[in-house]
Amino acid sequence: MWRWVRQQLGFDPPHQSDTRTIYIANRFPQNGLYTPQKFIDNRIISSKYTVWNFVPKNLFEQFRRVANFYFLIIFLVQLMIDTPTSPITSGLPLFFVITVTAIKQGYEDWLRHNSDNEVNGAPVYVVRSGGLVKTRSKNIRVGDIVRIAKDEIFPADLVLLSSDRLDGSCHVTTASLDGETNLKTHVAVPETAVLQTVASLDTLIAVIECQQPEADLYRFMGRMIITQQMEEIVRPLGPESLLLRGARLKNTKEIFGVAIYTGMETKMALNYKSKSQKRSAVEKSMNTFLIIYLIILISEAIISTILKYTWQAEEKWDEPWYNQKTEHQRNSSKILRFISDFLAFLVLYNFIIPISLYVTVEMQKFLGSFFIGWDLDLYHEESGQKAQVNTSDLNEELGQVEYVFTDKTGTLTENEMQFRECSINGIKYQEINGRLVSEGPTPDSSEGSLSYLNSLSHLNNLTHLTTSSSFRTSPENESELIKEHDLFFKAVSLCHTVQISNVQTDGIGDGPWQSNFAPSQLEYYASSPDEKALVEAAARIGIVFIGTSEETMEVKTLGKLERYKLLHILEFDSDRRRMSVIVQAPSGEKLLFAKGAESSILPKCVGGEIEKTRIHVDEFALKGLRTLCMAYKQLTSKEYEEIDRRLFEARTALQQREEKLADVFQFIEKDLILLGATAVEDRLQDRVRETIEALRMAGIKVWVLTGDKHETAVSVSLSCGHFHRTMNILELINQKSDGECAEQLRQLARRIKEDHVIQHGLVVDGTSLSLALREHEKLFMEVCRNCSAVLCCRMAPLQKAKVIRLIKISPEKPITLAVGDGANDVSMIQEAHVGIGIMGKEGRQAARNSDYAIARFKFLSKLLFVHGHFYYIRIATLVQYFFYKNVCFITPQFLYQFYCLFSQQTLYDSVYLTLYNICFTSLPILIYSLLEQHIDPHVLQSKPTLYRDISKNRQLSIKTFLYWTILGFSHAFIFFFGSYFLIGKDISLLGNGQMFGNWTFGTLVFTVMVITVTVKMALETHFWTWINHLVTWGSIIFYFIFSLFYGGILWPFLGSQNMYFVFIQLLSSGSAWFAIILMVVMCLFLDIVKKVFDRQLHPTNTEKAQLTETNSGIKCLDSMCCFSEGETACASVGRMLERVVGRCSPTHVSRSWSASDPFYTNDRSILTLSTMDSSTC
Amino acid sequence: MTWSATARGAHQPDNTAFTQQRLPAWQPLLSASIALPLFFCAGLAFIGLGLGLFYSSNGIKELEYDYTGNPGTGNCSACALADQDRAPPLRCSCSWYFSLPEFFPGPVYLYYELTNFYQNNRRYSVSRDDTQLSGLPSALRHPANECAPYQRRASGLPVAPCGAIANSLFNDSFSLWHQRQPGGPYVEVPLDRTGIAWWTDCHVKFRNPPLVNGSLALAFQGTAPPPNWPRPVYELSPDPNNTGFINQDFVVWMRTAALPTFRKLYARIRQGNYSTGLPRGAYLVNITYNYPVRAFGGHKLIVFSNISWMGGKNPFLGIAYLVVGSLCILMGFVMLVVYIRYQDQNDEDEDEE
Repeated sequence: MWRWVRQQLGFDPPHQSDTRTIYIANRFPQNGLYTPQKFIDNRIISSKYTVWNFVPKNLFEQFRRVANFYFLIIFLVQLMIDTPTSPITSGLPLFFVITVTAIKQGYEDWLRHNSDNEVNGAPVYVVRSGGLVKTRSKNIRVGDIVRIAKDEIFPADLVLLSSDRLDGSCHVTTASLDGETNLKTHVAVPETAVLQTVASLDTLIAVIECQQPEADLYRFMGRMIITQQMEEIVRPLGPESLLLRGARLKNTKEIFGVAIYTGMETKMALNYKSKSQKRSAVEKSMNTFLIIYLIILISEAIISTILKYTWQAEEKWDEPWYNQKTEHQRNSSKILRFISDFLAFLVLYNFIIPISLYVTVEMQKFLGSFFIGWDLDLYHEESGQKAQVNTSDLNEELGQVEYVFTDKTGTLTENEMQFRECSINGIKYQEINGRLVSEGPTPDSSEGSLSYLNSLSHLNNLTHLTTSSSFRTSPENESELIKEHDLFFKAVSLCHTVQISNVQTDGIGDGPWQSNFAPSQLEYYASSPDEKALVEAAARIGIVFIGTSEETMEVKTLGKLERYKLLHILEFDSDRRRMSVIVQAPSGEKLLFAKGAESSILPKCVGGEIEKTRIHVDEFALKGLRTLCMAYKQLTSKEYEEIDRRLFEARTALQQREEKLADVFQFIEKDLILLGATAVEDRLQDRVRETIEALRMAGIKVWVLTGDKHETAVSVSLSCGHFHRTMNILELINQKSDGECAEQLRQLARRIKEDHVIQHGLVVDGTSLSLALREHEKLFMEVCRNCSAVLCCRMAPLQKAKVIRLIKISPEKPITLAVGDGANDVSMIQEAHVGIGIMGKEGRQAARNSDYAIARFKFLSKLLFVHGHFYYIRIATLVQYFFYKNVCFITPQFLYQFYCLFSQQTLYDSVYLTLYNICFTSLPILIYSLLEQHIDPHVLQSKPTLYRDISKNRQLSIKTFLYWTILGFSHAFIFFFGSYFLIGKDISLLGNGQMFGNWTFGTLVFTVMVITVTVKMALETHFWTWINHLVTWGSIIFYFIFSLFYGGILWPFLGSQNMYFVFIQLLSSGSAWFAIILMVVMCLFLDIVKKVFDRQLHPTNTEKAQLTETNSGIKCLDSMCCFSEGETACASVGRMLERVVGRCSPTHVSRSWSASDPFYTNDRSILTLSTMDSSTC
Repeated sequence: MTWSATARGAHQPDNTAFTQQRLPAWQPLLSASIALPLFFCAGLAFIGLGLGLFYSSNGIKELEYDYTGNPGTGNCSACALADQDRAPPLRCSCSWYFSLPEFFPGPVYLYYELTNFYQNNRRYSVSRDDTQLSGLPSALRHPANECAPYQRRASGLPVAPCGAIANSLFNDSFSLWHQRQPGGPYVEVPLDRTGIAWWTDCHVKFRNPPLVNGSLALAFQGTAPPPNWPRPVYELSPDPNNTGFINQDFVVWMRTAALPTFRKLYARIRQGNYSTGLPRGAYLVNITYNYPVRAFGGHKLIVFSNISWMGGKNPFLGIAYLVVGSLCILMGFVMLVVYIRYQDQNDEDEDEE
């Protein structure tokens, strides 16, 4: 029992052994010694709450927030001791805040529940007691045999038993798991593959032993022990026989599989983790401000308490005859009284901590983030993708970015590969219109050396006839050339993992790797776009890969079908950076083809034109092409047997399988003969150059981090404007040792110092980087910071993240942003302050792990310069304003204590105290923080330099914070002392000589405050839509109506009727009206003067931009009539006015932004900027 | 993220003014060119208003007399001596003679002023029971706990009206006498003791408990007056419409003041010959001196004041308007200078560009 409890609570890991043993169809051995292992059911739970635990659990989570907890404490203090305000005053706002948050979280959880139910309740077919039983997904147990039909999603992690194909293979797409859209082939163990019916499966007696669940999608080790005719057969199981939950069956009618991991133990569920919470800079400064205010609060309470006791030392103040204490009060302990007084003051002033700040910020972020998804400018027409917000917590951080780290492939480039060139046996060829044309000074094959192949392959016999006459000039080389080319393209079309789909109607049909021009209607699917481009190119040349069936690859060479038996695939991995296949040619010889990065192939080669190819590869790379080398090796049957044996051993190993496999691969892939190299072009995305230029103008440092070759990376950097031609490019590459690296770094630092006029660009490669980071971080960072562009090539995914972490923790603590599209960018996306995923072709993994996902790199400029800028300004003002309005709110209470013997008398009525933050002043700031646009978005985008105005969290610096706080204090002084002097020696303010009391006094202060604070918000607002007008003036009107209503009735359930008719009496006093006007004007006077002087004397760039944009008063008039009427009418009025005034240049003619108005203005300005830049360089 | 692996269909966002953040908007800019005229206009308006308010306040006359009775300050000192301890003093009366050299225009209001009296002390100001004062019989018998220590008498009888505020009801009384001719007899000036409290207070908020057998006294049976009161609440005034909880003196007192120095309206002079004001001549105020203030260093004053539409005499509003108005104009000029200089600079900048 105790153990069960502990397990439920998660103290004890439920699994003790390293492996789990699964009896297929739960046919346990009969000997009875066996106690079955317990497995969890197949229920997926992504929801956080249930109906029962929602309230306690949600409350617990919410009160873990410091601010909420603080208010809870205050509330409890109010309940326990005698405090000036009723517990409702802090209880109600707290309740409100908690409720709003709980509703939001409950709604989100409800959505999760719905999707959970949908998944858990999905119908599945399970083989039980010799028949197919329809049941719900959640009822699947480990060991059940499940039948899945085509296009269904696997409900648990299954080991494939059989499919409708004889070889027991099936195709699967894992797009929803890792985003790879290719078809993956999974195969069953031959012994089970024959069991294709329910009845035959019923006879299967087998046990699966496999590892305990782990999160890695691509790792699975196990074995199946099949008992056939009293004999045990052991078969290894690897990832190729594991079907993951969430993947989808393709191209296969039905399969049977046995569930081995279920429910929350499936790899999909284990991979689901809530993302680490990123906190924005604004949130950090918010917390700092909160602490400052907490200090203010506590010191005010301490001062009040001390003053109270100095005052009370005299009995005539402590206990005058008219105000005697009860016995109880007299006799209570002094220390207790002191503490309770302190707490009472704390409660009295506690509203200085803005309770609704968090909830407003949360709502602002949540609602505000919709604008990103709604933005048509961030919508990519071709792919139909709109921007996606995964976390709304970081909206404002988009306005604070100082470093942009971008991946190259797929982010800067389209990731649409086009085969361009190749080098075969030391001769370079170019593909032009589906033909290979040799280039360069190769004497033998000056023209169309391969055209015979080409022409033969073409269905069009005309070209064949016309070109066939011109093909061979050097017949003596012919046979060899044919052989080389043939082998090269054979290698290309055999050594890959491309899948073929003939069926168009598949759900996967929308996968990006569909080729549009596929010869003979073949669709290639590949996990890597390079592979697909290569196979397609080979098909164009004439060696067409037709497909794989039952371990044979069919290739049509010049119209002739050839079958290659596929013996082994040595899969690609990023450590080896190559893959190979072992095939048996129709002739019976066994061949190994290898393909990989030149750095991983060339050293393994012993034959072929290694040197020439190396030169060609470098040339390709210089053109910005992606290169791969091809090599082959003939295997004797003896060699093959050894290979086969070692591979089998390694693959069936239960422990350290990876290491063993790597060893075997190492053993196999050696002594290769080089065939040649391929070069594939990856086109730059639209407007990458302009975007990078704009980012740089905005003061953002751009780093390109790529896994590509140094030369490729540099050339792409040059073409995308990351490097300029004039830049002094420093290199830190191929560093082998620590000392060397340090020396080089020092040299670079010296060069930068010597020559700081010119811009520097730095190129680092992965190995040098790891050396530099190991020992010389400081020096390296020093060099990097002085370079305007940095390019890191040959980077491993984790290195990318490491670089970002280094920049993040450097002394300036800059805000970093990472953009990437592939799974290899996930680590850097998660590491950076803001992670942006490009919804590209390498699947959705990056997009899913990112904070924001956009379709194209160019959208970054609008995302940062417009949305980021707006969100930052909005939230910065929001935060400052909240503190300001609460200072205004509470300081008069503090001042009042000096006039009431520090007796904790409240100035305002409890209802006002409660509603101030919830009702009277909440909406204008919320609407402001959603709609404010201090500058036109087009101006923001066309002038990236404006981004510098908000860098370094400027709007929330201590200076501005102090300004707002002091403003708050001075306003509070004006409210309080204005009212104080108005009453003077307590004269009558009414025309009938009657007197006001303390509640009227407080209401006067409160009224002035509500108006001032609202109008102050109005002063901050630059963008007055009808909603702003509604909430601003509406708030003030609401306050008046509410007060009239509240004061007009004797509320039966309230104990005290202090406020009865107070507000109405106040309004019936002429003096009060004059005083209200006076105080409001006086408060705003200070602020207006400061604003006007700031604007005149030291205008920021933003303010200048506002000025040119609005073209002084005329635009203002324009927009005023825009507001009231149509746009065309006002344009003419504006023009007329301009003519009358005659001082506006024609370029300033008011622009009315209409829906059809694209961003051409901004485009042009960026373009001109960049051209100007390049011309000066 | 949801578990269902259905591909989320990408939809084109709506092209509306709201979603594209393109709502028509008025975009005012607080630049000098707008602020300048604004400042001048506001300044002039404020100075105008300020002058008006200042003169209107200056036209109000006020006459006050401190009758606390500190030694050597008139004939109330004798009474003051008797008031050394907190106990209700003996009945003592004194008087204040004064003469008006000129007509004191009416309507004239008679206030009393207390200083250093903290009606806004929290312990004091919560010590009341609004439910009891609204005439609820149950609350009459069971005063709220906030009233302690004036909740129940030692005998256990509930106090009505309970609480410190009621207990400390101001109980000095004044009468005004006018000597029409020098040497002539003093004639009592009628003081109107009604209309001194808010109408809503003494007609809605404060209610006597329902009469028992037509008698207010019976309604209050079973309660005790506050300890400092010489007589029960239903005997506050002989006028049945002005006694009990709705006695106007009592209601006025129950509206606690905001500051430690406060005035409360005692009476209005608006009857007979005095409705237009107090004529020139010698006057005498007879004071029944009951209320002890010297224990807490307080003062008692008696104040005659007339009233304009904006209330009593307070030059603050007028002066403040004048100051703010002048500041506006001053700032306007400073801004003008800056604006012109800045404009020049701007032009130069543009030339340079």
